[in-house]
Amino acid sequence: MEAAELLGNSGNLKRRKVINIIMLTLSVISALAAIIPLVYIFFYTAAAGISSINLDFFTELPKPVGEPGGGIANAIIGSIEIVGIGAAFGIPVGLLAGIYVAEYSKTMVANLVKFVTDVLSGIPSIIVGIFAYGVIVLQSKNFSAFAGGFALGILMIPTVTRMTEEMLKLVPLSLREASLALGIPRWKTTLRIVLRTASGGIITGILLAIARAAGETAPLLFTSFGNSFWAESLDSPTASLPVQIFNYAISPYEEWHNKAWAGAFVLITLVFVISLIVRIITKNKFHQSV
Amino acid sequence: MNEDITEIIKEPLNIDTVAAPHHVKPEKSVIAVGTKNLTVWFNERKGIEDINIDIKKDTVTAIIGPSGCGKSTFLRALNFMHDLTPGARVTGELNILGRNINDYNGVEIRKKVGMVFQKPNPFPTMSIYDNVISGLKLNGRYKKDFYDETVESSLVQAGLWSEVKDRLKVSAYNLSGGQQQRLCIARTLAVKPEIILMDEPTSALDPISTGSIENAIHDLKKKFTIIIVTHNMQQAARVSDHTAYFYLGKLIEHSKTSTVFTKPKEKLTEEYITGKFG
Ligand SMILES: Nc1ncnc2c1ncn2[C@@H]1O[C@H](COP(=O)(O)OP(=O)(O)O)[C@@H](O)[C@H]1O
Ligand SMILES: [Mg+2]
Repeated sequence: MEAAELLGNSGNLKRRKVINIIMLTLSVISALAAIIPLVYIFFYTAAAGISSINLDFFTELPKPVGEPGGGIANAIIGSIEIVGIGAAFGIPVGLLAGIYVAEYSKTMVANLVKFVTDVLSGIPSIIVGIFAYGVIVLQSKNFSAFAGGFALGILMIPTVTRMTEEMLKLVPLSLREASLALGIPRWKTTLRIVLRTASGGIITGILLAIARAAGETAPLLFTSFGNSFWAESLDSPTASLPVQIFNYAISPYEEWHNKAWAGAFVLITLVFVISLIVRIITKNKFHQSV
Repeated sequence: MNEDITEIIKEPLNIDTVAAPHHVKPEKSVIAVGTKNLTVWFNERKGIEDINIDIKKDTVTAIIGPSGCGKSTFLRALNFMHDLTPGARVTGELNILGRNINDYNGVEIRKKVGMVFQKPNPFPTMSIYDNVISGLKLNGRYKKDFYDETVESSLVQAGLWSEVKDRLKVSAYNLSGGQQQRLCIARTLAVKPEIILMDEPTSALDPISTGSIENAIHDLKKKFTIIIVTHNMQQAARVSDHTAYFYLGKLIEHSKTSTVFTKPKEKLTEEYITGKFG
């Protein structure tokens, strides 16, 4: 077939153009379909909760029903504490497990780890809460931020492990070889070259795990429990945003419903801000020096 | 007995005084790589078989032969790259820089024997500067001055300095393919190896980039032993002092490049060189 023939075949060209337009339209619609719920949830919560949001909402303790004002400062700080404890425990474990599975994928232990994390990711979060209750609350005889953090940490592990494994496997063999060929030992190659190259995706996985954990309610109900006041320590019952929202939402009072919306808005914003900060910090850090 | 000891103590002193004028070049005939019956197994199959070769120091040796004949397999045996391949096994004798390989471990040998790969593979998260010093930095701590000097001298030797000296801090991915490959050469040089292995280093590059790399090789052979795998017969003729022809996992012929290309001893070599197959 000659080139002129190909170019001159306008019927074919027209058909391709039409198909192109149809597919492009479908793509745009799908993209919008994915974004709309997010935007909708964000603005709906904002609209419903905005009437309750003021400075007091961030600095005051909750007030009893009927009393106007008050805030959820204890729940905000409590959530940060509990999620922080969860991250401090869940992320390193998930990260190391992911590295192990990816870099030593042929071994029995790696297969076992992979299987266990797969199963773990399928376990309902309330079961993990019951587990944390049995292991920590029953032993220490009180609800605590530690118990809540422990439960959230366990929930973070499978996401972080899976994401780390997938991202490390995407790093081409040629980069590992390049590093090893310079006389860099294998463990350093893994930590300083492979992990760094995959860091963008791994950080996304970590943020996803944190965001999910921050919104978890069920595993906190009988671990960190809840508190209308400031928690005395990390070893005592601690308020958290999801539990506080839950309590407000199931109450029969209109005023508390508004507070539930406001709390939800704060939770979404908090997750968003954490993601943003981590992105900004890591972006510069991981793309400059060795 | 006593005399023996004094002899040993005196020896190094004598050598020092004798060797004082440093311009005296070491003996040219020293063997950089020597193998006896070197065989690489992939499970029960042989990738290369009974290779016997002596490669002299500070020369360029080209390895030629049709695809799949074991050129890469041979090269990767020399810096223990097969350690990473499950099921790969190396048997026979291998001497690197006068020492048996059993005296080295993989990490040690790779500092002495650098490697440049077919596809340029700079570290994507690092700047040009950091790519060059990556081998040094990940193996120890040095002063910034030393890094600066190493970056400049390595890039100069790789023929890349003038093109990048004003943008050392930009990502290595901003460079063209040919520049990336020269960066990879500079990165290898920074570790100060004695032998450099190159596995078809220009096969992914355009003719101009290929020319720059060949020029770099030409300058490097004064200080380094270079073993280069190439598919390109002209390239072998242009850059190498010696040529080794591999066929079906065996070393067929190894002699001066001029000999191999003008009057090869083996019929197989001649057929390959004249393009009868390959
Ligand atoms: N990792 C490997 N596993 C199994 N066989 C291999 C492996 N690498 C190379 N081989 C085999 O070894 C032989 C030589 O391959 P190679 O050295 O890559 O050839 P060349 O570089 O000359 O094209 C080929 O038959 C190839 O199939
Ligand atoms: Mg090859």
